[in-house]
Amino acid sequence: MYDTGKVIIGLAIFACIFLFPFLYNHGTAAPQPKPSLDTPAIKALAEKKCVEDTHFMITTHMQFLNDWRDQALREGNRWYVNREGKKVWISLQNTCMKCHSNKKEFCDKCHNYAGVDPYCWDCHYDPNGSKL
Amino acid sequence: MNMDRRKFLKAAGLTTLVGLGGKGIFELVKPGTVEAEMAHEGHGHGGHEEEAGPKVRWAMLIDVMALNKEKVEKIVHTCHYLHNVPNWGDPKNEIKWIWEDEYEHVFPDSYNEYNHILEGMPFLLMCNHCDNPPCVRVCPVQATFKRPDGLVAQDYHRCIGCRFCMAACPYGSRSFNWLDPRVQLEKEMAQGRKLNKRFPTRMRGVVEKCNFCVERLAEGKQPGCVEAAPDVMFFGNLADPNSNVRKILKERISLRRKLELGTKPSVFYLI
Amino acid sequence: MIEKALKGSSVYWGWIIFLLCLIGAGVMAYMYQLKVGLGITGMSRDISWGVYIAQFTYFVGVAAGGVMVVIPKYLHHYTKYAKIVVFGEFLAIAAVVMCLLFIVVDIGQPMRMLNVLLHPTPHSMLFYDMIVLNGYLLLNIICGYNTLLADKKGVPCPRWVKPFIYLSIPWAISIHTVTAFLYAGLPGRHFWLTAIMAPRFLASAFAAGPALLIMILLFVRRVTKFDPGMDALQTLAKTVCYAMIANLFFMGCEFFTAFYSQIPGHMHTLEYLFAGLDGYGNLVPFMRAAIIIGLLGVFLLLVPPIRRNTKGLVLACASVFLATWIDKGVGLVIGGFIPNPFETITEYHPTLPEITIAAAIWGVGGLIVTILYKIAISVREEQARV
Repeated sequence: MYDTGKVIIGLAIFACIFLFPFLYNHGTAAPQPKPSLDTPAIKALAEKKCVEDTHFMITTHMQFLNDWRDQALREGNRWYVNREGKKVWISLQNTCMKCHSNKKEFCDKCHNYAGVDPYCWDCHYDPNGSKL
Repeated sequence: MNMDRRKFLKAAGLTTLVGLGGKGIFELVKPGTVEAEMAHEGHGHGGHEEEAGPKVRWAMLIDVMALNKEKVEKIVHTCHYLHNVPNWGDPKNEIKWIWEDEYEHVFPDSYNEYNHILEGMPFLLMCNHCDNPPCVRVCPVQATFKRPDGLVAQDYHRCIGCRFCMAACPYGSRSFNWLDPRVQLEKEMAQGRKLNKRFPTRMRGVVEKCNFCVERLAEGKQPGCVEAAPDVMFFGNLADPNSNVRKILKERISLRRKLELGTKPSVFYLI
Repeated sequence: MIEKALKGSSVYWGWIIFLLCLIGAGVMAYMYQLKVGLGITGMSRDISWGVYIAQFTYFVGVAAGGVMVVIPKYLHHYTKYAKIVVFGEFLAIAAVVMCLLFIVVDIGQPMRMLNVLLHPTPHSMLFYDMIVLNGYLLLNIICGYNTLLADKKGVPCPRWVKPFIYLSIPWAISIHTVTAFLYAGLPGRHFWLTAIMAPRFLASAFAAGPALLIMILLFVRRVTKFDPGMDALQTLAKTVCYAMIANLFFMGCEFFTAFYSQIPGHMHTLEYLFAGLDGYGNLVPFMRAAIIIGLLGVFLLLVPPIRRNTKGLVLACASVFLATWIDKGVGLVIGGFIPNPFETITEYHPTLPEITIAAAIWGVGGLIVTILYKIAISVREEQARV
C-alpha cells in the first residue's frame, strides 16, 4: 500500500469525526417521556379513549393523521368512522386538540424526545394557547 | 424468438405510453373531468338535470349595485379574520383572499369611454373557482386541484411554492407567502387582532387563495362573505336549475371576468 | 480522469478560490433566504418570478446550444468538430446544473421538491421540464465522459455510447421546447402566449450557447497548448450568425403581430419593455441596448474579415451573448408580468441577497466548466504530445 501512514491518519480522523456524536452523547440519554393526558376534556370523559385504541394511536398516528388530512382536504370527506362504528369529525385543530389541549405535554414531549419536528405546527396550532 | 421479444417490447411500450399519456391528454382538455365522474352526493334542491355533468358546481354572485364601502370592509374583514390572513400592509408581501378594486382594473378590456356608470363602483375580487382552471393545469404536484363540486382547492401541505399557478392565473387571485405569515399575525395580535382558532395559519413558501369557505361548507354553513353581507353575496349550486343563484342569473344581467380565455369563472358580478 | 483537475498553475487555483468565495457568499445568502423566506428577494405578488427563473430560462438555452456542435459532428461527420464536441457537452452539463439550482433556489418549499416525483402530474409542463432537464444532464455526462475517456485511451468511442449521442440531439431541442411551453401555454399573459415562443427560444439558444463556447475556446487557445482549430471556431461562428439572425427575425415577428393588429394586450408589454408604459420604463435602456448590441453582433459576424480576426470574433460573440441575455435572461420573464392582470404596473428590483445567490449559481457553473475543461484540455494536450 502507498502512503500507509497518511491513509491510517486519514482513517483515524474520519473515525473520530464519525463517532464524535455517539461518544459525546454517551450516557446522557434522556429518560423516556410520559405524555400527560391530564386535560379537563379528557378528565370529563367516561371512558378515556381516543378515536381508535391507544396502542394504534401511539404507533400509527402519523399515517393516520396523514390519511385524515387527505380525506378532509382532498376528498372533501369530513367524517371518519372508527372501528366501533362511531362517527368522528376529521379535524386536527378542532377534534384532536379539543381533548389533547395540552400540546406541550402531549405532542411536543415525545416529538422532542424522538427528535422529530413534524410540520403540522407550521400552520396548525394549539387553539387553547395564547400564542401561535 | 428475437422478433417476438421485440414485438412484445413494442406493444408493452405503446400501452405504457397510452396509459401514462391518456389521463394527461384528457386532463389537458378538461381538468377535473375525471374527478367529476366520481360518485358524490348532490346538494341541490331537486333532480332536474339539464345536462350530464357534475350535480354540484358552486358559484358566487356579487351584487355590485348593493355594495358599498361599509359592506366591502365588513366582507373583507370577515374573510380575512375567518382564515387568519395576515395584513402585511405593503403590496410586495401582501396576501389577500378577497379585496376591492375598480371596474377598469377588474374588466380591463371592457372600458366604456361614453358611459361611466360602473366607474368608481366597488368590485370585489376573489378566486373565480374556474370550471377550467389554468392553475390546476400547471401545478406540478396537484397541490391545487378541482374538487367534484367545482371548488378549486389548495393543499398547503403539498405546495412546493414554485408559483407556476400565480403565473397561470389570469385573475391575479393567488398570493404567495413571501415571509412567515405568523410573524405578521403575531404582530397584529399584539395590537389586538383576534385569531380564528378554528382555522390554521399558513407557512411561508406556499401559495394561498380564497377557498370558497370549504371548511364552512363542510359544516353546512354559508361562506363567510355571504354571512357578512347576505344582500350582496349569493352562493349556490350552478348545476341545479332551481337553485337561488340560477334564479337570480335568469333575471339579472351579470358579468364574468375575461370569459374570452375559456376558464369559465364561477364568480358572477350582478349589475 | 478527475485527478487532472487537481494539478494546475497558481492562476488556476486563484480562479478556483475566487469561484468558491462567490459560491460561499451565495450559500450564506441562501441560508438567509431559507430562514426568512423569498421575501428577501425583489419578487412580489405581481412579479412572482424574477432573476432566478429568468436565469434558469436563459441557461436552458445555453445548455441546448451545445447541440450545434454535436449535430455537425455526428450527423454530418464534420471532423473539424471532433476535438471540440466534448467541450460543447461539458458546457451543457454546467448549464443544466445551473438551471436545476436556479429552480431549487426559486421554490418556496425546497424540502418538498420531490413531491414532483411523488405526485407525477402529466398535465403540468413543469413535470416534463423536470424529466427533460435531468435526462439531458445524464445524457451529456454519459456522452461527454465516455468520448473523452476513449480519446484518452486512443481508442474509438464505445459503440453503446452512440445511441445516447443520437438521443441527445432531439433531447436538446426538447429541453428548450418544454421550457418555452412553460410560458407559451398560459392564458392571460399576452406577451408569452405566442406560438413562436419555442422556435424563438431555440434560435436564441443556438446563438447564445455556441457564442459562449467560442469565447471560452478562444480563451483556452490563448492560455493552453490545446488548439481547438480556428476552422472549427469559424464554422461555429457562422452558426451563431444564422441563429442570431433567426432570433432577431422572430423578435420582429412579435413586433409585427402586436403592433399591426393593434390589440392593446399584445402591445402593452412590448411598449413597457422598449418605450415605457404609463411612466414606467426601468428596462427600456437595457432592451433597446439589447437590440442594438444584437444587430452589432450580427453585423460583425457577417463581415468575413472581422469574423476571422480573433478580437473581432470575441467582440461579436460577446455582443450576441449579452444581447440574448438581456432579451431572454431579463426582459422575457419580467416583461410577462407587466402589466399585471389588472392592467396596472408593478416594477421589479432585484435585491442584493437575490443577486448574490444568482451570482453564486453562476459561480457553480463556472466551477464545473473550469474543472471539466481542465480535464478535457489535459487529455487533449497529452494527445498532442503523443
